[in-house]
Formats: sequence, C-alpha cells, structure tokens
Amino acid sequence: MKRTHRFAALALLLLLLAGLWAGSVAAQGSAPTDDEVNAIAKQLYCPVCENTPLDVCPTEACRQWRELIRQQLSEGWTEDQIKQYFVDNYGARVLGEPPRTGLNWLVYLLPPVLILAGAFILFRAMRTWMKPSTTEAAAGPAETSQPAAQDEYMSKFEEELRKRK
Amino acid sequence: MVADFGYGILVVALLVSLYSVVAALVGVRTKSAALVESARRAMLLTWPLITLSALALIYLLVNNHFEVSFVYEVTSRSMPTYLKITAWWGGQAGSLVFWSWLMSAFASLVTLRKWDRDREFLPWVIVVSSVTMAFFLTMSVVFENPFARMWFAPSGEVIKAMLQPAGSTAVPLQPDGRGLNPLLRHPGMIIHPPMLYLGFVSFVIPYAFAIAALVTGRTDDRWIRITRRWTLWAWLFLSFGLVLGGRWAYDVLGWGGYWGWDPVEIAAFMPWLTGTAFLHSVMIQEKRGQLKQWNMILVMLTYALVIFGTFLTRSGVLSSVHAFASSPIGPFFMGFVALTFIISIALLIWRWPDLRSETEMKSMLSREALFLLNNLLFMSVLVICFVGVIYPLVSELVTGSKVTVGPPWYEFSTSPLFAMLMFLMAIAPLSSWGLSSQEKLANINKPVLGGLLAVPVIAYAIWWKPISDIMGSLPGVVISLAIILIVVVLMYLFRKLLWQSALVASAITIYLAFTYTQNLIALIGFFLVALTLTVTLREFWRATRARQNAQQENFFTAFSRLVGRNRRRYGGYVIHVSMMLMAIGILGIEMFQKETQGMIPVGQSLKIAGYTVEYKDLASWDEADKGVNYTRAVVSVYKDGTYLGDLHPRKDFYFDSQQSMTIPGQRPTLKDDLYVLLIDWQPATATGATFKIYVNPLVNWLWIGSLLFFIGVIIAAWPDRDPEYVPARARNKAYQPSSAD
Amino acid sequence: MTEIKDTAPRRGVPVWVQVVIWTLLVALFALVAVTLNKRQQGSVQPGAEIPDFTLKFFDGYQHEGKSEIKLSDLRGKVVVINFWASWCKPCEQEAAELQQAWSEYADSGDVIFLGVDYVDTEPEARVYLKKFGISFANGPDMATKISQMFRITGVPETYFIDQNGVLQYVKVGPFTSVDEIRAEIEKLLP
Repeated sequence: MKRTHRFAALALLLLLLAGLWAGSVAAQGSAPTDDEVNAIAKQLYCPVCENTPLDVCPTEACRQWRELIRQQLSEGWTEDQIKQYFVDNYGARVLGEPPRTGLNWLVYLLPPVLILAGAFILFRAMRTWMKPSTTEAAAGPAETSQPAAQDEYMSKFEEELRKRK
Repeated sequence: MVADFGYGILVVALLVSLYSVVAALVGVRTKSAALVESARRAMLLTWPLITLSALALIYLLVNNHFEVSFVYEVTSRSMPTYLKITAWWGGQAGSLVFWSWLMSAFASLVTLRKWDRDREFLPWVIVVSSVTMAFFLTMSVVFENPFARMWFAPSGEVIKAMLQPAGSTAVPLQPDGRGLNPLLRHPGMIIHPPMLYLGFVSFVIPYAFAIAALVTGRTDDRWIRITRRWTLWAWLFLSFGLVLGGRWAYDVLGWGGYWGWDPVEIAAFMPWLTGTAFLHSVMIQEKRGQLKQWNMILVMLTYALVIFGTFLTRSGVLSSVHAFASSPIGPFFMGFVALTFIISIALLIWRWPDLRSETEMKSMLSREALFLLNNLLFMSVLVICFVGVIYPLVSELVTGSKVTVGPPWYEFSTSPLFAMLMFLMAIAPLSSWGLSSQEKLANINKPVLGGLLAVPVIAYAIWWKPISDIMGSLPGVVISLAIILIVVVLMYLFRKLLWQSALVASAITIYLAFTYTQNLIALIGFFLVALTLTVTLREFWRATRARQNAQQENFFTAFSRLVGRNRRRYGGYVIHVSMMLMAIGILGIEMFQKETQGMIPVGQSLKIAGYTVEYKDLASWDEADKGVNYTRAVVSVYKDGTYLGDLHPRKDFYFDSQQSMTIPGQRPTLKDDLYVLLIDWQPATATGATFKIYVNPLVNWLWIGSLLFFIGVIIAAWPDRDPEYVPARARNKAYQPSSAD
Repeated sequence: MTEIKDTAPRRGVPVWVQVVIWTLLVALFALVAVTLNKRQQGSVQPGAEIPDFTLKFFDGYQHEGKSEIKLSDLRGKVVVINFWASWCKPCEQEAAELQQAWSEYADSGDVIFLGVDYVDTEPEARVYLKKFGISFANGPDMATKISQMFRITGVPETYFIDQNGVLQYVKVGPFTSVDEIRAEIEKLLP
C-alpha cells in the first residue's frame, strides 16, 4: 500500500511537471472523481472524529473537508500541497503519523531502541543459560537428546519415526 | 423503590466484599482458619447480591423507568425488550455493574474449587479478588451509580443522585428515553463487550494466584499449574471479544475494515499480547522449570494492562471514537491502578531471588530458544502499541500540540514482527520434538545465533520508517530480501525437517506469483502462510501415521487419540493453522483492497475489480413503532456480464438518539467480499445516489480462521479427566505441604 | 525458600534497575495524572488570565485596518471570543444574536467581538458568515492553537474577557437571546 502511495505521488509529480510544461494553459481538466478525493482523504484525520480516517468519517465537518480537497484538486493542487494546507490549518494531528520533527522522533526511536534492548537482554540471558549445558553437551552427545517430554508415548513416537526414515 | 432496593443491595455487596478483605487478612494474621473460611463465604455471597442488584437494574430498564438517569440515557420506549436488557452494558454506569457481576462470578467459581493442597493461597486470592471487587463496587456506589435519579439543582443544572439533594427539585418524568446508540444495537455489539469483559475479568484470577504465590513465598510451579487453564479460558474470551469487535466494526462502522488501530482497540489488544506470550512461556516453566521470574512478570503485566487499559478508556484520558465520555471515576480509578502497579512491582522485587530458576538450556535452537524468541516478538509488538498509545499524551503535554499516531505507523512498525511470528509458527511443530534430537543443531554456536538474532533486528531497522523514507522505494526490496535471507538461513538450519514443506510452500508461492499477485510483501506473507500450513498439517499427518502404526489403530482413532492425549500441543497447532487462515484474510484486505465511490442515477452502474454494480431502486420509509427511518437502495451485481444477485445497502436513522447507522450490502465469497455502502442520495431518484464500494479480497478467511481458532482453544483448554494434578516431577517435590491442613 | 538448589547467591534486583523501574512508573503516572486533570478541567475557567494569541482574519475582515489581531493589544477593552464552525447547527441559532449584540457595541469601541472558526473549511465558513451577515472580525483557528489554549469542549462556546485580560465568563452552547449576551457584557463594562 505504501508503495502505491509513493507511486501515486510520483505519478502526480509527473503530471504536475507535464502541466508545467504545457504552460499556463488554464488546464483544469474534468472535475476530480470521488476516488481521487478519497485517495487523499484516506491519509488525513479530522479532529472532529478522532482516529477515523477522513474518507470514512460521516460528520458534516469531514464532508466539508472532502469538498475542500475536491476543490483544491480541481484547482490543480498536488497531493503534498493539499496535505500541507491541512497541516497548516488544523495542525499536525491531521496526519496519520506524527511528522518527523523534534519530540516526535521519540515515537520513531523508542520502539526500535527498546526492542533492541530486549533482544540484547534475551541474548545475554540465553548465553548464561547455555554455559552449563554446553559443557555437558561436549561430554557426550547422548546427553543432548533431552528426555522427550513428559509422556513416554512421545519417545516411542520418535523411535517409530526414526525407524520409518 | 426498585432503584433504592438495587442501590441498597449494591452497597451491601460492597460492605460484604470489604468484610471479606478484612476477614481474610486478619485470618492470615491470627492463623484463624475460621476467619478465612468466613471471608471465603462472604466472597461467595457477593455474586447473588450483585445478581439481585442487576435484576433490579434490568427491571428498571425493561419497564421504562426514565426517572432513573441511566435508564433515560440508554433506553427508549421503542426498543425491543432484549435490547433494553443488553442496554445494561450500553453505558458506563451499567457496564461497571456488569463488570462487577462477572468478576464476582469468577471469584466465586475459583473459591469453590478444592483448596486442600493450596490452603495458604486461599486468603490471598480472596484478598486480591475482593479488593478488586470492592473497588469496582465503590465506583458504582459512589461515582457512577446506575440507580441515580435526576434532579434540577438550583442553578438549573441536572444532577444525578439517589436522594433529593438539598434545594433541588425533581426532574419531571421524561416521556421517553434517549435510546441506545444505534451502533450498539448490532448483535456483534451485544456480545462483544461481555466477551471482552469476561476476558478482562478472568485475568484477575491468575493475577490473584500470582500475588498469593509471591506473598506466601510458595513460588514453585504450583500456582502456574492452577492458573494455566484459567489463563487459557481468559485468553479465549479476550480473543473472542477482539474478533467480535472486529466483525462488528466491519459490519457497522462502514469503513470497509475491521481494525483501525484505535487507542481503545489497542488497549484491549495489549493484554492479549502479554497473555499470548505467557501461554507460550508457561510451557517452558512447566516442562523445564525455567523462566519463573518472567512468567510472573507476564501474568502481572497482563492484569496491569487490563486495568490500565480500562482506566485509560473509561476515564476519558484517551480520546477515541469508542471512549466513554469524561467521567468522575478518573482520579479514583487512577489511584487503584497505581496501587496495583506499586504492590505488584514491590512484591516482585521482594521475591525476585526466590523466583530464580535452575538455568539450563540445551541449545540456542532448542524449543526454549524458540519460545523466548516468540516472547521477544510479542513484547516488541507490545512496546510498539504502548508507545503508540502513550505518545500523543506526551506530545500534548510537552509541546502542547496533539498528534495522531494512526494506522500507517502501526502497520509499518508491526508488520515485520508479525512476519517473524508467522515464521516461528511455521517451525513450531519442529520444536516440539525432532529438533532436540538433531545433534547437528546442538552444535550451532554463538555466532550463528547472534547472526540469527541480528537478522530480524537489521531487517526491522531497515523497515524502520525514517530510514526507509530516505531510501525511497528501496526498502520494500531490501526488507523482502532480508526476510528471504532469514527464511533461507533458518531453512538451512532446519533443512532436514523443513525442506519438503519449504518446497511445497515455494511451489504455491510461485504459482501465486504467476496467477494472483506480484507484490513482494504479499508473496512473502503467502509463502509464510503456506509454509506454516504444510509443516503443521504434515505434523498432524505424520504423528497420526506413527500412532497408527505403533498402536494398530485406524487412522481416525489414531488422529483423535493423538489430539486427545496431547490436547495442548495439538490445540496449539490448530490455533496456529487458524492464525494462518486469518493471515490470509488480513493480507488480502491490507494489500489488495479496492474501493471506488461515485454518484450514479438509477440504471447506471459503477465498475470495480470485475464487478459491475447497477443502481436499481431506492426507498425510504419510517417504521414508527421501532423509531427508525430506513433508506434502502437496491443494486444489482454483475460479474463479467453474469447477474449475481441484488444487494441492499441501507442507512438507518434512529429518531430517539438522532444518529444513523450505515449497513453495507455484502456479498461474501471465499475469494473476496463485495461491500456496498449507501453514502448519500437525492430525494429524486433520477438524480442519483452515492455509493461507496469496496472489494475486500480474501477477507472471509479472517472469519473462517476465527472459528477454527475457537475450536483450537477449546481443544487446548478442555479440562483433563483429572484436572487437579499431573504427577509432580522430580524438581517439584521440594515443596511439601507445610501448614496445618 | 522452597527451592532445592539454592546454592547460587541470592541475587536481588540491582538497585539501579529498581530506581529505573520506579522512575518510569512515577513518570507514567505523572503523565497520566496531568492528562486526566486536563480532561476533567474542561475549558479554561473564569479568573484565569488568557495567554496571548494572534488571530489572522478571513479576507475582508479587519480590525482598525489590520488583518490580524493580538489579544494583548486589546487591553482596556472587553473581548468576547466566540468559537464556531459552519458545520455546527447550534452555532446557527446564536449567529444572528451575536451579530445583533455586536452592532450595538461596535461604535462604542469598548467591546470587541472575535469569531474563531474551529476546524472549518474556508468556503463554507464564508457562506456562513455571509448568510448571517456577520461583521465582527472573524478568522480561522489555524492549527487549532487557540481552541487548544481555551481547551474548548465543543462549539459554540463563548468567552468573555475583561479589560485586564482576565477571563470572566464562559458560555457553553448557544445563546438564546441578545439580552443574555448584553447582560454578560454589561457586567464587565464600568
């Protein structure tokens, strides 16, 4: 999905360039379709219905927002311009994720850092747990095949499988 | 009158549970078995008491007693009786009583069990359950009283109180109530909250046992054995609640999805994550005596997340579509949450040395290692969820500006972790037996393991948004390569056990690449699904055959005995298979969802993904007795020129609550789900109506998977013939029942 | 305790870990408590001094020839700040009354009305302003900064600020009559 967005952005950019190239011909083609409006609205969140994407929010305020997007599209605004307009007017919370500035880096940095820390702790713990058994393992490979769990049925089972191989 | 009765009973229940706390504590102090027994009986009394109170509330709801504020808020005359009953949990005040009622039922159940072997746990389990009980009852009695009537204060404000406050005048009896929010009238919403609450509430029991084990110092495996099955049932309810919530959202919210990464959803999802991690790691403690500390943490964390999440959503701290309006319970609730956290952490720190386990691990690729990796991944998802939920509060506090941490962020952050979890599910059956006997594997040394751990970390780092944004469209490829690399390395390590399945899975993936999609991420997903399914099904097949040969049984007997004798293991595999079916649905809707919207006059049609949806007709009418206005469109669906049938998307407008509900017209198939919404219409049908149409590929596998999931959990949680005890293994005999019993 | 192999030294949780855990816990609860407090407070209460802000007007509106206004420049005047939005039905009930009240005080210069348009779209907002013939200065609440400052709980809400910049009265919901607005203003005028 992300990649299609990027594609869409690229396509829009190309379109814009093409538009520039065509010169200042008042090239406002046909009216934007609902789908074009929704493609942008999907990425925006209006403060009136929190955490609901704009394209599905049923309130009157959001309907107006969508109309505004339609109007801006018909005036030839790009997707990025439209998003920027909404950020300027209604704040960064209209975006689906915090913009990567200042304190907001926390939300991008914290999870990877914590996960890395977790992985590190786990790795260290596993290494300490390994120590006794690696020496045992060296003593005899027979030791390493652990007693096959609680029921002797499973060991029978394993044996059976070995036979079948 | 009935209101006074209900309220009075609620107060009595509160006093009884307080008595139960005190009696249990004093009983422990003075070693008085009689007092503890009295506490136990007091606790047993709370359930009938709250039931009476609840019956009083239901009576008021059903009989339109609009002088009672809660009844006025959630019911109206036009609602059918069954909805008036379910309105019990349709608002904050009622749902708190509902919560207490469920809680007391569970507490009673657990106190009715045989306690012979675990006498010393009993008082502490009583204390924990009764304190929680008393806390919820206090909220009902003091802050959110469902029996309160409405009065006009001298200032003209409406206040809610049981007795007439000084200087106030009674609000004249309202002719009709405001009615239940239409979104809550859907069958899904009727069952979804109870299931979720059941899940939440039942996690109190494992927590109570954990606390009891810590306080008494009896920190051997006993408490885990007692609570294991409880946890499984609690987990079942919680999962059921989550899935029903998803289904409800899909059917009612009209956004063509089932999960919106909304803070309230995540608040319910977080305990599920820790609960799932616990269900896995508890097996290691049972089999190997390891991870005692960690399991204790997980049980406590699960309960902590349950009450923390409940607090966040009910106090109005989180803003969300699902959140309850700002409520006076906030500070009191926060006090309780803080108390729980402090006591839990303090006890853990105090008993930490006693929880140390004999440490041994055969190999870095043993079952233990895989379970630990599983735990790491679940904890990672938890960390992401927690940061995502909490960060908007931090931002609002520090910078003063609100931010949205929404679906794109969560999807990006969690999807590689989910992919890795899928891979772990693929190799799970190998971990249960064959793995440890592979001498080769035992020799795999640290660098390899370090590498194995590093690959997911690197993959995650690359996936990590800021980097991937800088690198443009490269990451999609890089991530895919990284995941492919992990899979290749692991497959190499598990080659003896995996290669046949890997071959099958690869063949399926290649087939899909030619026929269905070229999307790399989707293909990786489908590969992991195929791998897990083949490995797991093959395990069923192989084990059944082995048993068939060994026991001279026919195939079906062998199969059912195999599963029956190893319910937890094979139940677990069924759950894994169900997860894969769900993954198919999630991949389908996430990667391939298509939508279109347009206004069309009658006779015209919209086209999407091979479907043609033709607008036929529209009618709007009132049903006065139900208090609803229905607007229903008729659309005909064609695929490649063939007529498939009519769909009827509607919009229902409820007069009492002045809210409307969008009901999609759905045409579900295994391949995809055609989902038509009526967005808007013009009075003159010639002008047209606006439809929004989604095609959600494969989404129905999500619901099929959910059904299988419940079957799996029920297999795993089904009580043993002798539920009480599995013979203690050598390391457990250290514990000798000590006290007087 | 009941462990058999208790040969290992009884290692507790290291002190620094304990410190970290408790600090994090305190931080978490401090965060939640502050937020909770904020949510429960509701809007800014009378008696509070309102921090300064700048409101940029819609095209066609001005105050003393300028296209924006700073609250601190209005010391010595009674300021009535009305939060509204074009999608808000109750706002329409009071729009005419507000305009009527404004027209009564406009010439005196002692009272300033400011309309702050909350989460709205400009075309619809203009239609609304035109429909009700609103002549007092109006502007959009850019990035919802002003509404967050007042912690408004919804629209419409109206805030009456006295000559010293201190909030004196908050009206939640629509006014029902011009008299109601007039009465509140008169209380603040000398």
